[in-house]
Amino acid sequence: MFTRRSDLPLDKDTLSRFLPWLIAFMVFLAVMAMAGVLVLNTVAARWDRGVSGTLTVQIIPAENAVDDDARLQTVLKILTETPEVNHFETLSKDKLLTLLEPWLGTSAGAKDLPLPQMVDVELKPKAKLDVNALSQRMEARVSGVSIDDHSIWLSRLVRLIRTVEGLATLVLVFIALATIGTVIFTTRTGLALHRNAIEVLHFIGAQDSYVAAQFAGRALGLGLKGGIIGLLLAVPSLLGIGVMAAKMESGMLPDITLGVAHWSALAALPIIVALIAMLTARITVMKTLSRML
Amino acid sequence: MTTNENDAIVKFENVGLRYGLGPEVLQDVTFSLAPGSFHFLVGPSGAGKSSLLKLIYLALKPTRGLISLFGRDIATTSRRDLPPIRRRVGVVFQEFRLLNHLSAFDNVALPLRIAGAKKSEIQKHVVELLSWVGLKDHLDARPPTLSGGQQQRVSIARAVIARPKILLADEPTGNVDDPMGMRLMHLFEELNKLGTTVIIATHNNLMVEKMGYPKMHLDEGWLEMVGTGPHPATPPPRPGLSDMEGYL
Ligand SMILES: Nc1ncnc2c1ncn2[C@@H]1O[C@H](COP(=O)(O)OP(=O)(O)O)[C@@H](O)[C@H]1O
Ligand SMILES: [Mg+2]
Repeated sequence: MFTRRSDLPLDKDTLSRFLPWLIAFMVFLAVMAMAGVLVLNTVAARWDRGVSGTLTVQIIPAENAVDDDARLQTVLKILTETPEVNHFETLSKDKLLTLLEPWLGTSAGAKDLPLPQMVDVELKPKAKLDVNALSQRMEARVSGVSIDDHSIWLSRLVRLIRTVEGLATLVLVFIALATIGTVIFTTRTGLALHRNAIEVLHFIGAQDSYVAAQFAGRALGLGLKGGIIGLLLAVPSLLGIGVMAAKMESGMLPDITLGVAHWSALAALPIIVALIAMLTARITVMKTLSRML
Repeated sequence: MTTNENDAIVKFENVGLRYGLGPEVLQDVTFSLAPGSFHFLVGPSGAGKSSLLKLIYLALKPTRGLISLFGRDIATTSRRDLPPIRRRVGVVFQEFRLLNHLSAFDNVALPLRIAGAKKSEIQKHVVELLSWVGLKDHLDARPPTLSGGQQQRVSIARAVIARPKILLADEPTGNVDDPMGMRLMHLFEELNKLGTTVIIATHNNLMVEKMGYPKMHLDEGWLEMVGTGPHPATPPPRPGLSDMEGYL
């Protein structure tokens, strides 16, 4: 792919032998971090869509069941009168018991326990419901009613996800900086190592850009080589994690497989890293040479 | 023959040079060379011959004085504009300075590649020239595997391949026997006939006297111009060299 004849013996540097492996490692880390960001983004978006727009109304049981039923009917009536509500459903006692089974067991006595009544409410898409106002309206007519709009739980979750995403992005930035630093270092060493040859090229009339192109081409080649190695190492790891996640997906984890767009973004990482390496080498050479005679 | 100030291809005015804080190795050097002239630069070892040539091929900056090449003041020429000037100056370095990882062919091809010449042209001219200096069988040899004399010829071929306007040679025949030395001198003469200004630093007084070109005599940093040799513009054609015209 890069059979460009080089006027400088850059291939023989031990430094350029270690550069691809370092870049491979960087790209591996970058792919993992970026896959993490992409997955978390998807998860956050799905949870957000799934949970916002729903409410749970809970009616604490009073002394007698007749009363409880009247309170439920009032709550349902208020919900019917609320224009933002799309749909609501009272959780049957059986379903409630099934949900609580892990804690209460299946003993007959559990059936006699006073359980709160729950109403799942689904709001109209994009409806902006003032939850506090609704809550006040209900409390004015029914006692022992509380509304949970999941907003606290959701905002905490989203904040957690954003924090992890921020950290992963920071990791990506560090990887970019480390790559740039390494390429600057190897390029400067290469310049010092081949100073004599570069001087001769200058005397013969080579522009700085001619010399820089040799270093840049080399960095691009090594960057791509390292980047592809890193990507090839990262893919099995990602697939492995995906399989493990799929196995435990029964519960609360949303679907976390990567889409085609995600895979393309990850595949672009080696190219991006190689381009960073190329540009860095070029800029380093141009800057260093401009200080020579 | 008088040289018009404006026509001079190389001009030095009160040039002084010192390395670091050392003494001046060149002092008040003033001269100007007409385009197409041929000079020997002579003087004892340590007189400053190599230093003077380095100033002309822009490897050093003078500590004082004025240097102009092709009518341009070098001190006020920006770094970006130096490479085109350097391409018109061919140099045979005293220590050859060949690139050891490149073949003889690639070393000689370098100036043409840098100037952006066509691949087919490079192939043709480089092979022709290397054959002419007797290295036809060493096109792919790396310089470390060549003898001193062979390396010197590669370095001469590299200096002349792009037909420079100025040719500087620092002791170019120091490592070859006399017949090859004369052959190489004829190569420089041939180049000179085609319009190249030539300066050759040498110890070989015999050759200098035999060829009869004017001398730039350096001693302890002082320069003296000696003699006016034959004008190089209309020389008699030399047998055996006409085949050079193709690529010179
Ligand atoms: N790089 C250098 N640093 C310090 N002194 C130098 C350097 N190069 C040459 N000199 C000194 O400059 C003087 C002239 O050297 P040089 O130009 O090589 O003379 P020549 O080529 O006539 O033998 C000598 O005294 C030499 O020691
Ligand atoms: Mg010398």
